[in-house]
Amino acid sequence: MQRRTFLKMWSMATAVGLAMAAPVAAPAAEPLKVAFVYLGPRSDGGWTQQHDLARLALEKAMGSAIKTTFVENVPETADSERVFRQLAADGNKLIFATSFGYMEPLQKVAKLFPDVKFEHVNGFKTAANITVYEPRFEEGFYLIGTIAGLMTKTNTLGFIGSFPIPSVMRNINAMALGAQAVNPKIKVKPIWVNTWYDPGKERQAADTLIAQGADNVAQNTDSPASIQAAQEKGTYAFSIDADMSSFGKKAQLSGSTEDWSGYYIDETKKVLDGTWTGNRRIRWGLKEGLVVMAPLNPDIPPEVVKVFEEKKAAIIAGTLNPFAGPIKDNTGKEMVPAGGKMSEATFSSLNWYVEGVEGTVPK
Amino acid sequence: MLKLERRATPSSIMSVASPLLAAVGMLVTGFVLFKVLGKDPVEAFYLFFVKPVSTTYGIGELLLKTTPLLLCGLGLALGFRANVWNIGAEGQLTMGAIAGGGVALWFGDSESAFAMPLMLLAGVLGGMAWAAIPAFLRTRFNTNEILVTLMLVYISQLVLSWLVHGPWRDPQGLNYPQSQGFGDAETMSILISGTRVTWGIVYALGLALVAWIFSQKTFAGFRMQVAGLAPAAAAYAGFSEKRNIWIALMICGATAGLAGVCEVAGPIGRLQQQISPGYGFAAIIVAWIGRLHPIGVVFGALLMSLLYLGGEAAQMGMGLPSAITGLFQGLLLFYLLAADLFITFRLKRVAPVEANTLKPPVQAETAA
Repeated sequence: MQRRTFLKMWSMATAVGLAMAAPVAAPAAEPLKVAFVYLGPRSDGGWTQQHDLARLALEKAMGSAIKTTFVENVPETADSERVFRQLAADGNKLIFATSFGYMEPLQKVAKLFPDVKFEHVNGFKTAANITVYEPRFEEGFYLIGTIAGLMTKTNTLGFIGSFPIPSVMRNINAMALGAQAVNPKIKVKPIWVNTWYDPGKERQAADTLIAQGADNVAQNTDSPASIQAAQEKGTYAFSIDADMSSFGKKAQLSGSTEDWSGYYIDETKKVLDGTWTGNRRIRWGLKEGLVVMAPLNPDIPPEVVKVFEEKKAAIIAGTLNPFAGPIKDNTGKEMVPAGGKMSEATFSSLNWYVEGVEGTVPK
Repeated sequence: MLKLERRATPSSIMSVASPLLAAVGMLVTGFVLFKVLGKDPVEAFYLFFVKPVSTTYGIGELLLKTTPLLLCGLGLALGFRANVWNIGAEGQLTMGAIAGGGVALWFGDSESAFAMPLMLLAGVLGGMAWAAIPAFLRTRFNTNEILVTLMLVYISQLVLSWLVHGPWRDPQGLNYPQSQGFGDAETMSILISGTRVTWGIVYALGLALVAWIFSQKTFAGFRMQVAGLAPAAAAYAGFSEKRNIWIALMICGATAGLAGVCEVAGPIGRLQQQISPGYGFAAIIVAWIGRLHPIGVVFGALLMSLLYLGGEAAQMGMGLPSAITGLFQGLLLFYLLAADLFITFRLKRVAPVEANTLKPPVQAETAA
């Protein structure tokens, strides 16, 4: 099942790649060296795997015009600086850093290699040769909220959080807002596990949330443990990064996954034709095909699917902004006025819960 | 037929040859493995063992990574010799980083000349304080130090996580879990220009010498060795077990704490959620490869450090998976333990036993 899904995503990515690669001029004699640095192993079944699938799609799309290299399991310690430096010294001209903890080392190495182009996921520090890119995860989580809000019988949703950093805070808030838009009685219970990947802790968190009545649990951690927990307890869960339905066919309703291939092909072509620039902050979502909803569970009733499809179309069309006002925090304070939009500063430093999320953000 | 037989005295030749045999075994297995994978073994070995140290920067990186491995390995080896099974050097390292980093944050951007000495001192004390917990529990309540030191690793990491998410978070950092960058006076100076290696390696090498003198030339060091080799004899001689436990844990806490502060005040330059990729645990292997001998630990740390760098180079150059690093480290330890058997045992040829004779119940002798 999982393999089939991979093949599907693979072929999708390849198709996009081939279509986009067509207009590229004859490859230069010397292939462009593109490198990827991963926090986890390529076979993690989630975050890193999606990046690596996109790397393979990139290779396939660009053929002999490029050559890719990857380094996996690079911790966010003093080690990453050496890896970036080595990759740059080895002649890689475009380097994708796929974890936010690489931010400071990247700043140092980018200064030493002004002719190398760096791209950093989910960070906030750009430079003349550093561009930051991030998915609009909040769009995926808003739609998770839409489904969960309509499917829940207890009006209680669960959220397994990794670390309360802004990009994760946006997800829990987007899910709450998406659910409240279709069901005003929604409450969201978060549990923070302080890890990106720990099946044991994630399982415990899922069991706790289910025991507290959360019959729909979403996660911002990487293992399928919460899908498995929901499958056993007969409740619902949502995957992240990759489709995890092979771990719980009945339990997984949908999920927010990523397909990075389009973005990587786009940026590589920019480098090849000389139009790449630093100091950009790029956010791609459903519209650009970077955020992809995992296949809907056939048990979801057609009326729910209809609402979901409408909301999805509205987000893609730009008529629905998950963070449109009015938004109150969970102490009742107005954070975004009615008719307004969340400011960039608030968006990129989000550290409060919206109304309906229980508890306080761990400090 | 071959039989294992205990030697009358441990072989001094084998105790030197064993690490070399282990290295050869690792290389031969690696050679076969690369062949089977369809990779050129010569190129793979070049990438693994030569390329990482072919530039000044590379040598700097080797020494930079050696520093925490050596510091933790020294402390652990002293403890292991005295039968004190501290496996929580990672936690003592983390606490050292927190204490030293805390002092750095307190100084802020101050140019004070006291900043760095106080940071190093705080790091050492932080590691010692953390190691004092298992020392106290073991000597007072006879608690198993293996479990306590291990569990304290997780606690120290949670303390660090709480600090960088909460009170010590950089106010300008958009809520990302990291502290402010340390000031110039709060960052260790670079030893070789153009590299990242700091004075930490000099402290570590100096401490290796001190540890050697301590274990070979002092009475306290002698007491600890006796306690490890023959606990009953040590007790009979009136050597205090409690004192040995305290000394072993305090020394390791100090060296691991120093390793922690050298990481955050060196290449990292701030406090963040993860500061060590598991140096405290890798140092356990370092201590054993180094025969629990301070000078041996220096070479063990260099070799482990090279294996890390080589694994990265093999990934970049040949697309080998990162598991290759762990594989080589595992092979090395495996062959070392196997070869160590022959320090106290030897193979002896025995005449095959006739089928119809009464077989005496042969008790297979096992390694002690």
